[in-house]
Amino acid sequence: MTEQVVRPLAVRSVGRSLERVDGHEKVTGAAAYAVEHGEADGVIDPLHVWLVQSTVARGRVARLRPEAALSHPGVVAVIDHSNAPRLRDTGNRELLILQDDAVGFRGQVVALVLAESAESAREGAALVDVSYEVEPHEAELREDNATYKPDSVNPDMDTDTEDGDVDAALAAAEVVVDHVYRTPYEHNNPLEPHATTAWWEDDAGREVLSMFDSTQGVHGVVESLAPLFGLEAEQVRVRAPYVGGGFGSKGEAHAHVVAAALAARTTKGRPVKLAVTRQQMFALTGYRTATISHLRLGATADGTLTAIEHAVQEQTSAIREYAEQTASPTRMMYAAPNRRTSHRLARLDVAVPSWMRAPGEMPGMFAHEVAMDELAVACGIDPLEVRERNEPDVDPETGRPFNNRRLLECLHRGAERFDWASRPPGPRATVDGDWWVGTGVASATYPAMKMPGNSARVRSLDDGRYAVAIGSVDIGTGARTVLTQIAADALDVEPGDIDLAIADTRLPPASVAGGSSGTSSWGTAIVAAAQRFRADHGPSPDPGVETTASAADDPAAEQYAFHSFGAVFAEARVNRWTGEVRVPRLLGVYSVGRVVNPMTARSQLLGGLVMGLSAGLFEESHRDPRFGHVVTQDLATYHVAAHADVLDLDAEWLEEADEVFTPMGSRGIGEIGIVGTAAAVANATFHATGVRVRSLPLTADRFLA
Amino acid sequence: MDAHISLTVDGTERSLDVDTRTTLLDALRERLAVTSPKKGCDHGQCGSCTVLLDGRRHLTCLTLAVAHDGAEVVTAAGLADDGLHPVQQAFLDHDGYQCGYCTPGQVCSAVGMLDEAKQGHPSHVTDDLVGDVDLDDDEIRERMSGNLCRCGAYPGILAAIREAATA
Ligand code: FES
Ligand code: FES
Repeated sequence: MTEQVVRPLAVRSVGRSLERVDGHEKVTGAAAYAVEHGEADGVIDPLHVWLVQSTVARGRVARLRPEAALSHPGVVAVIDHSNAPRLRDTGNRELLILQDDAVGFRGQVVALVLAESAESAREGAALVDVSYEVEPHEAELREDNATYKPDSVNPDMDTDTEDGDVDAALAAAEVVVDHVYRTPYEHNNPLEPHATTAWWEDDAGREVLSMFDSTQGVHGVVESLAPLFGLEAEQVRVRAPYVGGGFGSKGEAHAHVVAAALAARTTKGRPVKLAVTRQQMFALTGYRTATISHLRLGATADGTLTAIEHAVQEQTSAIREYAEQTASPTRMMYAAPNRRTSHRLARLDVAVPSWMRAPGEMPGMFAHEVAMDELAVACGIDPLEVRERNEPDVDPETGRPFNNRRLLECLHRGAERFDWASRPPGPRATVDGDWWVGTGVASATYPAMKMPGNSARVRSLDDGRYAVAIGSVDIGTGARTVLTQIAADALDVEPGDIDLAIADTRLPPASVAGGSSGTSSWGTAIVAAAQRFRADHGPSPDPGVETTASAADDPAAEQYAFHSFGAVFAEARVNRWTGEVRVPRLLGVYSVGRVVNPMTARSQLLGGLVMGLSAGLFEESHRDPRFGHVVTQDLATYHVAAHADVLDLDAEWLEEADEVFTPMGSRGIGEIGIVGTAAAVANATFHATGVRVRSLPLTADRFLA
Repeated sequence: MDAHISLTVDGTERSLDVDTRTTLLDALRERLAVTSPKKGCDHGQCGSCTVLLDGRRHLTCLTLAVAHDGAEVVTAAGLADDGLHPVQQAFLDHDGYQCGYCTPGQVCSAVGMLDEAKQGHPSHVTDDLVGDVDLDDDEIRERMSGNLCRCGAYPGILAAIREAATA
């Protein structure tokens, strides 16, 4: 395969609101998600798999009696650790299911039931009789047990950082803000529950495992599963033509994907369908850890920071480590000569935490941006001014220049649109009927990321059309549409002349739809392949010639720090008698590089704002430490923002093109919308009521003290 | 135990034997391969399984198939039988979706809701319980709140329904 040095794209379709190329399929329901494939796709007469989950948090399966389940009509098999096909230990204990009798958390998979129908499988699962040898467990995150220092934090960042002398600077500071901020457990809850269709077949004497999986990255699923089953990567084929959201929870294969493959291993080629239930998702498909952030800011009387300390405590699971990088945005956000960050974990006997939209930035910026609001109040200056005072010249973490840091422009533009100038400076200044009214602001940031390991293929078809292929996944972001636009511009044809194929491991490799890196990573590969194709085959190629290429690294880019920025403005109304919080206005202004498709980008940014609002007001998973599981495990008790919760919402962006970062000039937009949003709402509730709430969500009781 | 039922689904008569435990949603998806209605929760908490059942919006995960012998079911696929329904076109025009998983349910719910409003059914936010319904933004938001969209496409959904309501 060829490496191509990419040149900036001459944009024509990029920058325009092309309607989603898969819109018709979605509004009619014709789009087929992971367990909606039938005979045409090779899914013939499937069996149904139901998961049996542990009812204790730690211990051993003492006895598992399948008899009653097996005698239930329709049940075909019960698979547990005693009869499950063997897996190879790849060091990921989340995936190493049904290999021994150990139970590491409540909700762990202890058996699978296969049946002719979903009803029989489900009934069979209820009839599997499991008893346990129970061992004591710990499932509660506290300040006194989150003391373990991981080697690194997600994805591979330093656990701790230190510059200067924070303690001396704090001791000498004229103003100190010193508080603890908390965010709760949160579950991603994509609307399509995780689901997998799997079957094993013989391909010219070689076993092949085929899957339709609801995943953010088909190649990543192969990387996880092939070694577990002792297969070469080519022996696993994963497709994900439509995925009903992920928000990080489908970024890596979880246990149910292995369960489907294991179950299918026993059926002599018959496909199996495994649809995780909404309730099961709360134990099996990842979640955001709760976080405790101890923030200490030292400043001069005018609000200039002299010291920043962000000490984080959070949890991981005993069976697999995941350390959320909660203090990472604090390392680069504002200038201060003395700075310290740290992460300490409690290792609990609980479900495995994982990525949830803007891991690190979302909880970390909640803490930091509420603290900045407190600093503004303590210094008697405007919240915008405190951010202006502390704008760094270079990235405080790396010392590199920012490629394009336009935070202040975002703040100023938002202030203008929100009529910030007429805001009363003090809190509890405005009453409208039964409601206290206030406004708040917070900054947002997210690193610009481009993943290695992407390539794309371009082939000429008849009539000036081109087939473009890359194994990336569209989880709702609009990737299918924007990659079509990028390919069209890169080949200098119309979007209608592009046949784009994605979401299949038989296509050139693509990185995960995560870290807001998709368009940057895949789009760059497509531009590389297209530019190489033109260099090899010219403007009027014969039909059927093709080029596969990836983008060469650009050493010039390494001298910069690449981040996106934004400013979130919220109006909050807090009911004087009930404490209910409503957010009648929410606005985000962003600097995210060039926007490839304004219509889909707007939906991405607004969707992030909605999720941030939802985290601000509602979302909290309640774990009962006595039992070790989340008791609010459905969409009635884990409320996500519904339509009536979302009022006037808007997002806009600064015109720009970051051609140092990608040939498209784009930087990634999937996550920044959730960052800072809850802080802006919290700051607005303070301005409305004078009550400072330092923990999410901002429930009514917190304003009635 | 199985029972024999007939359903008219998107204009086609279908008869089938269903396990009496089978929800209408599973009968559609698993027995009849009608996968336009989605399963987001199976508990009546998300709205993704919404269809028009005998003309009214209904959560198919919350009802047993055996209770609907002879019923007429219209899914989002059926609404597009003669080209896209105006509500569906408006969803495209206003990008009222991202992943698409809630979308067929949103579309059916919107079509059913517009009809309810036309018939004067009040909602929780209606001031005048007997007069005509003025389908303003708050009314649309309230009446569509049984359909969760985790992608947060509510602004586009609102704009789409507003347009379809006045078309
Ligand atoms: S699947 Fe029926 S309401 Fe969620
Ligand atoms: S479009 Fe994804 S849940 Fe609504």
